[in-house]
Order: sequence, then structure tokens, then C-alpha cells
Amino acid sequence: MNDLSKAATAEIDAYLKTQEQKNLLRFITCGSVDDGKSTFIGRLLWDSKLLFEDQLAALTAESKRVGTQNGGIDYALLLDGLQAEREQGITIDVAYRFFATDKRKFIVADTPGHEQYTRNMVTGASTADLAVILIDARKGVLIQTMRHSYLVSLLGIKKVVLAVNKMDLVDYDEAVFNKILGDYMKFAEQLDFEEITPIPVSALKGDNMICASDAMPWYDGPSVLEHLETVHVSASDDNRPFRFPVQWVNRPNLDFRGFSGTVASGSIRVGDPIVEPASGQSSKVARIVTFDGDLKEASKGQAVTLTLEDEIDISRGDILCATKARPATADQFEAKIVWMKAEPMLPSRTYLLKLGTGTTAARISSLKYKVNVNTMEHVATKTLELNEIGVCNLSLDKAISFDPYADIPETGSFILIDRFTNATVAAGMIDFALRRADNIHWQSVDIHKEARAEQKGQKASVLWFTGLSGSGKSTIANLVEKKLHAMNKHTYLLDGDNVRHGLNKDLGFTDADRVENIRRVGETAKLMVDAGLITLVSFISPFRSERQMARGLLEEGEFLEVFVDTPLEICEERDIKGLYKKARAGEIKNFTGISSDYERPENAEIIIDGGKTSPEDAADQIIATLEMRGFI
Amino acid sequence: MTHLRQLEAESIHIFREVVAEFERPVMLYSIGKDSAVLLHLARKAFHPSPVPFPLLHVDTTWKFRDMIHFRDTIVKDYGLELLVHINAEGVKQGVGPFTHGSALHTDIMKTEALKQALDHYKFDAAFGGARRDEEASRAKERVFSFRNEAHRWDPKNQRPELWNLYNGRVRKGESIRAFPLSNWTELDIWQYIYMEDIPIVPLYFAAKRPVVEREGMLIMVDDERMPLNAGETPMMKSVRFRTLGCYPLTGAIESTASTLPEIIQEMLVARTSERQGRLIDKDQAGSMEKKKQEGYF
Repeated sequence: MNDLSKAATAEIDAYLKTQEQKNLLRFITCGSVDDGKSTFIGRLLWDSKLLFEDQLAALTAESKRVGTQNGGIDYALLLDGLQAEREQGITIDVAYRFFATDKRKFIVADTPGHEQYTRNMVTGASTADLAVILIDARKGVLIQTMRHSYLVSLLGIKKVVLAVNKMDLVDYDEAVFNKILGDYMKFAEQLDFEEITPIPVSALKGDNMICASDAMPWYDGPSVLEHLETVHVSASDDNRPFRFPVQWVNRPNLDFRGFSGTVASGSIRVGDPIVEPASGQSSKVARIVTFDGDLKEASKGQAVTLTLEDEIDISRGDILCATKARPATADQFEAKIVWMKAEPMLPSRTYLLKLGTGTTAARISSLKYKVNVNTMEHVATKTLELNEIGVCNLSLDKAISFDPYADIPETGSFILIDRFTNATVAAGMIDFALRRADNIHWQSVDIHKEARAEQKGQKASVLWFTGLSGSGKSTIANLVEKKLHAMNKHTYLLDGDNVRHGLNKDLGFTDADRVENIRRVGETAKLMVDAGLITLVSFISPFRSERQMARGLLEEGEFLEVFVDTPLEICEERDIKGLYKKARAGEIKNFTGISSDYERPENAEIIIDGGKTSPEDAADQIIATLEMRGFI
Repeated sequence: MTHLRQLEAESIHIFREVVAEFERPVMLYSIGKDSAVLLHLARKAFHPSPVPFPLLHVDTTWKFRDMIHFRDTIVKDYGLELLVHINAEGVKQGVGPFTHGSALHTDIMKTEALKQALDHYKFDAAFGGARRDEEASRAKERVFSFRNEAHRWDPKNQRPELWNLYNGRVRKGESIRAFPLSNWTELDIWQYIYMEDIPIVPLYFAAKRPVVEREGMLIMVDDERMPLNAGETPMMKSVRFRTLGCYPLTGAIESTASTLPEIIQEMLVARTSERQGRLIDKDQAGSMEKKKQEGYF
């Protein structure tokens, strides 16, 4: 090693030492293109020397081609990553930007401010410690400012920088700044912020961005960068209770069984007692294992592997917790959800809920109201559309452990996933557990389903007939029941029209009501199966996911889907109840096949070609299948 | 926690989520410095278990010889499973950067080859070392980046990603690309390599190497397949590489930085970004975005 490299080594060692003191601040910027948001971020990148010459050259060329600054550098172009957006001149998704000073590394979530993009703002805010809310000094506090502030507070961000931009265009006037500040503070009283830092800036000219501006001597607070570098963010001094969602069971050989995961909140030491609250199993931490050697203690944010003193049954999705401050364990809770998909939310439809590392089936059991993000008013609703925020109760397949979002966001947040498209359809924040669930314990009974069915000389099952109105479902189902009855089998037929006159008479024909209709029928069929009956269900049941939900209620093999596949033209020609005629005339809304979709089954156990097969032959075909499968 | 430890923990979390939720994950191993960090993090994530997935190297047959040597040493030292895939059809047709140009070569020997390998082994998740600071279209890509059956990326229809909750659900034939280094910058990578003493390919360090200058870039003459233009003679220059790919497409920089501290120091005063040394990004504006939509990493 020569002298030069020795000097470099010494220098870089010293440099890396200072880097060790460096921590990370994640923040989100809220505002629209008009507020100069992209220029604001571009300026921070520019002034913290994070732009390289080749990027600058590309930026200059692009500025000339599509820029809005009359040939001058258009900082906004730095941020609009995707080509399509660049040409439209808008940012349409969440982008992450990075810059660093000697004190901190920064990750900026850049999200659009347009109304339709609530989804993106919520996404960006979910990982942010702080929000910068931009206001155009010429326009003052606008509806969108309130919307941005509400969303930021909804996601639990406590620290806000109010950047009043374009001060150069109002002659750096203190009175303008004070007026905006007053308006904002009055509005922000309703929100849950702990710290609001107002700064007058001009992102374009650089005033108060990096250092104090000469143009505004009346302002004696910090510049934007000074504030971002020094603002206190919750670091490792985390006094919240210990939570550790288990990600992966680490089992290299028979002698080692560890639980890998990231500490979500609090800290843990070797010897500390822990509990898995859903099952009540407890133990003590034996080792905290890492690649770099065992630790005595691990705290929030650290990715480790825990081994326990006792062999207890823990798997992915469980949360290891402090024994003295346990989370709630329940199968129902109230939560705020943000709908993120163009297809609206359907109450009663079953979605997958991912919280921590566990995934559970869940449905929205009641939607209380939605929130107008501009006024924060509560509005009654039956569904949620893209970018709407609602307060609702969720009901889960099994009890899980969680905390209110306000206490521990890491174990109080979840996403909802559509079971068929696998899309992430919503984000949720838990308010509190609903204790009702605790009081309804399953009665364990001695006479069970198999015993009841055996007495009848049959195996309990559901024959689920689905198909268009007029396809012949009910006719075939009736015939099948008659034949079974003649064979001394015990049956029951649930028919769409009959059930709608009684159990479901409160439901209409909107998508949401159709889902609830099927849920109730599915639950009723389940009880019938429990009673040992061969249950025939004849419902249009147009949606794949509801049929899947009904199937999911039953045990493997108990559910037989019978698809009566009759072409629409034939059904319409038959038109036994005269409904197609009315639907075509527009007198019936949401009529399946005409003005509402029918999703064809993909894996039906029995398919009847309703256009060609006579009801008699169809019934025989079904009886044969039942015999073959050992149900009768 | 320092920012590097935070980034490290985040990456480990991502590795574990993918392994827990997918049936057949694989790690794309490109032998470069980002791959070196990625591999190091994978070993940390599953310790004391061995890395629970194979490494896949898509070999264009035009990689620097030093890279292949380094790859084989690492795989042996760490006891890893390595799969090497070469687009046999491309080789048969004699596809190469000199004869077919950088765009076609990359498409056939890299993008196509990658898709072939993913289909062949039926991988449902592939780890990559891409970082959001590399290029504008990357800045918007998710950590779990969904790909359809044809391996295409749809930037307008990405799944929202909130908190650290990743949606790992795919149907048969669909897959995700997972990017544990999403939030790392080039400087973070170098600092971490230094801090953790991670071995990297010697080409990153300055040494006298035979190069020719073309279109303002210094191209290393790594083997006899490199056709020299009339009047072109390789010069011995002290150079190093900031990024590694196919040798005919990767520009060297003149440098005397032969140790990690010197490299980091050079980085801190650098005025060009690392992808500048890559021919493929310059083909047209938004070129990376186009390639990514088609299945490039």
C-alpha cells in the first residue's frame, strides 16, 4: 500500500465513522404539479449534489425537448420516471428518491396530488416518518391541502413541514405567509399532528431550501434541509411492547429450531419471557441468533432469529409478544380501509387479509360510513369505490393477534387481497377489537355430522346448481331431489326464489346484495350439511368468488358445483317468467346475462349441457355422479 | 440503527418473505458488486440454514473472463447451487454485440435467455439486485414486482405496496421479481462492501489493462473475439470499471483507485453516474423502461 492509499484509507475510515452516526429519514411530499412539488424535490437533489454530469446533460436535453421552463432546467423532469407520464407532464405513481448529507440519508416518496390518486399518497405515507405539505403562496390553503393533511394524519404521521412555496411570486411578503399559516393552523386543529413546522420557500430560486434566504430576513427559522437533517425521529428508543411476527421457521437440522423475523416494536433480551397470544403458549428466549454472532438484545427494526427454551408449536404468521403487554386476539375488529382498486368493494365478499406475516380469509361484515376526504364528513354508503376511505367491521375466519394502529402501526396495519385476481385491493388500519366474538364459543357436540349422515345411509353434501335465469337449474334440481327421495335419501332444496321471499327478503339485486344473498345461502347450506342432509342449492350465483366462498365453508369434497350451461339465447327464448323481456326493456336493473355479468365456472364438478340435454337425462347424470363418488 | 443497518435489515426481511411465500425462488446472479451484496444479505437472512435457493447466471458468453473465474470461486467457497443458462439458439446463430449490435445482443442473449431459464426451471420468484437510484423507471418499481405469464411488467398496473406488507400471490405461470436492494444507493453499496469486507471481482479495482477508445468509451480487449478497427491498437491504461456487464458493452474509467477506500473516495467526488458506462441505456429515451416491460431485469 503506498502513501497515497494509506492516506485515503485513513480519510475514508474517518468518513465511515461519521457515517455510523448517520441515520435514515423517510418523508413524503404532498402537493400537485402546480405547487412545484417536483421542482422542490429536484432542488433538494440538485443542491445536495446528487445529480451527476451525465444525468444533468440528459436533463438539459429533455428540458429543451419537453420542459416547461423556456429552455431553463426543468427539475420536475428528474422525477417523472415513466415515459408515458413524462409526455402527459404528470407523475402518476409513487416514486422513491434518495439523497444524503453528512448527517442523514433521506428517502423521499414522491406522490401525485390529484384527487384520483389517494391510493398513491396513502402508499407513500405508509412508510414515511414525516410529511412535507406544499402550498402555492399565491393560492393559499386549498381543498387539496386539507385532503393531503387528512391522509397524512390518517396514516399516523405526526410531524409535518408546511412549505409555503413560490414566495418569489408574492414578493416574499411576510403577511401572505402569516395569513396562510393562520388558515392552516386553524384547520389542522382537527388533526392529530404533534409538530407543524412552517417554512416560506421558493423551490425554483432556492430560497430557504438549503440555507437561509436573504430575500426573507423576517423569517428566522430553519431552512428545509436544516430541519430535515435535525428533526427527531423515533429511533431505537422504542418503549412500546415487544412484537415479533414470525416470518420463517429456520430449521437447518434437528438440533436447531429458530424463528426468523424482524422486531416490529419494542425490544427483547435473552431470558425474557414471550408468549404467542393466539394459542397462549409461552416460553423464554434462549438465543438471539444472527450471521454475525449471537446478540444479548434486539430492538425494533432488527432482523434476527430467536430460539426458545421450550419446544412450542410456532409457525409463520404467529406473533411472539411480551407476556405483560399482549396484543388483542379476536376474529372481529373495526378498521379504516382505503379502497385501491377500480372494482368496488363488496361487503360480505371474502378477501384475504395480510397482517404482519399472516394471511387469513376475511370479509367486511358491515360498512359504517365513508369519509369525504375534502371535508372529513361521514357519508352513509353501501360500498367503497377506488380511492374512497371507509370505516367498517371485519370478520375473520379465525382469531388473530393485532394492536390498534394508533398504538403499534406495525401490527395494526393490513392489506386486503382479491382471491381471484390476486390484486391488492385495500389498505387497512385497525381501530379496535370487537369483543362480541369472545362471547360466542363454538358448542362442541357429541353427535356430529358423520353420525347424522350415517344414520341416513348417505354422505352429507351440497349440490350447488349455478347458471343463467331460465337455464333449467331449478327444474333439474327438483327432479334430482325427487329421485333421491325415492331412493330413501334425506334431502333439502334451497331455491333462489323461495329463499328471497323469506330469509333474504331484505336484499335487492345490486352486486353487494347478491354477494350477501349467496353468503347467507352458503351458511344455511352448511348447517344443512351438518344435519347430514344432501342439500340442493339452486341459485344463479353469478360471481366466481361467492361460489368459491360457499365452497370454502364446507369440507374438502363436500361441495359439488353443477354448472347448467345453457346458452343465453335459449334461456331468453324460454323466458318462463318473462324476466328477459323486462330486462331488455330496461325495467329490471342488474339482470344477469343482460346488464350484469355471469362468470362461468372454471372447475365445476358436473357440467350439464342445458341446450341439448333433457332435464330427465341431466338428473340421471347427477345421480350417477353421486353414486360414483360414494355419496349415496 | 445506522442507515446501513436499517437497509440491511429491510433487505433480509424481503428475502425471508419471498422464501416463505413462494415455492421456487431463485437469485439472479450477475457477478457484479450489487450481486455480491445481494448474496451476502441472502447468507445473513437464512443463517444458520444454507441459502435456500439456487443462483442463476444468465451467461451471454461475452462476460469478462475475470467475472466467470470469480463466480466459480465464490460458488465453491460458499457451497452454493449455481445454474448457468446460455441461449443455445442465440449461440447457434452466432449472436454477439459486434455482429448484431448492443440492442439485439442484449435482447437475445440476456432478456430472451432469462425468460427461457425462468420458464425451464418454473421459478415463481426471482431476486434481482436492481436499485431505485439507478434509473428513472426503476424508481417507481415495486419491491415485489409482478410479471405476467409472458414475463412482462406493466408499469401502469402495479400492486400498491404499503408498510412492509408484500403481496406474494401469483397464479400458475405468473411470477414476481423481488428487489431487496430497492432502497440502496451506489454509495450505500460501496460503504457496505467496505464495512462487511465482501469479496468483489478484481475488475472494480484499477490496474493496467488493454483498452481501445470507441465513441468516447474505453472498451477493454478481454479476448481475441474483439475485432479491431483499422489503425486501432489496444493501449495499456490504468482503468477500472464502475459497473460490469458484457465486456464489449462496458466502458472503463481511467483511475488509479486500487483499494476500496480509494474507490469510495473517487465516488464521493465523481461527477458521472454509474450507468453512464453502459451502452444499452442510451439507445433511446426511456429505453430501460421499454426493456423492463419486455422482461429485462
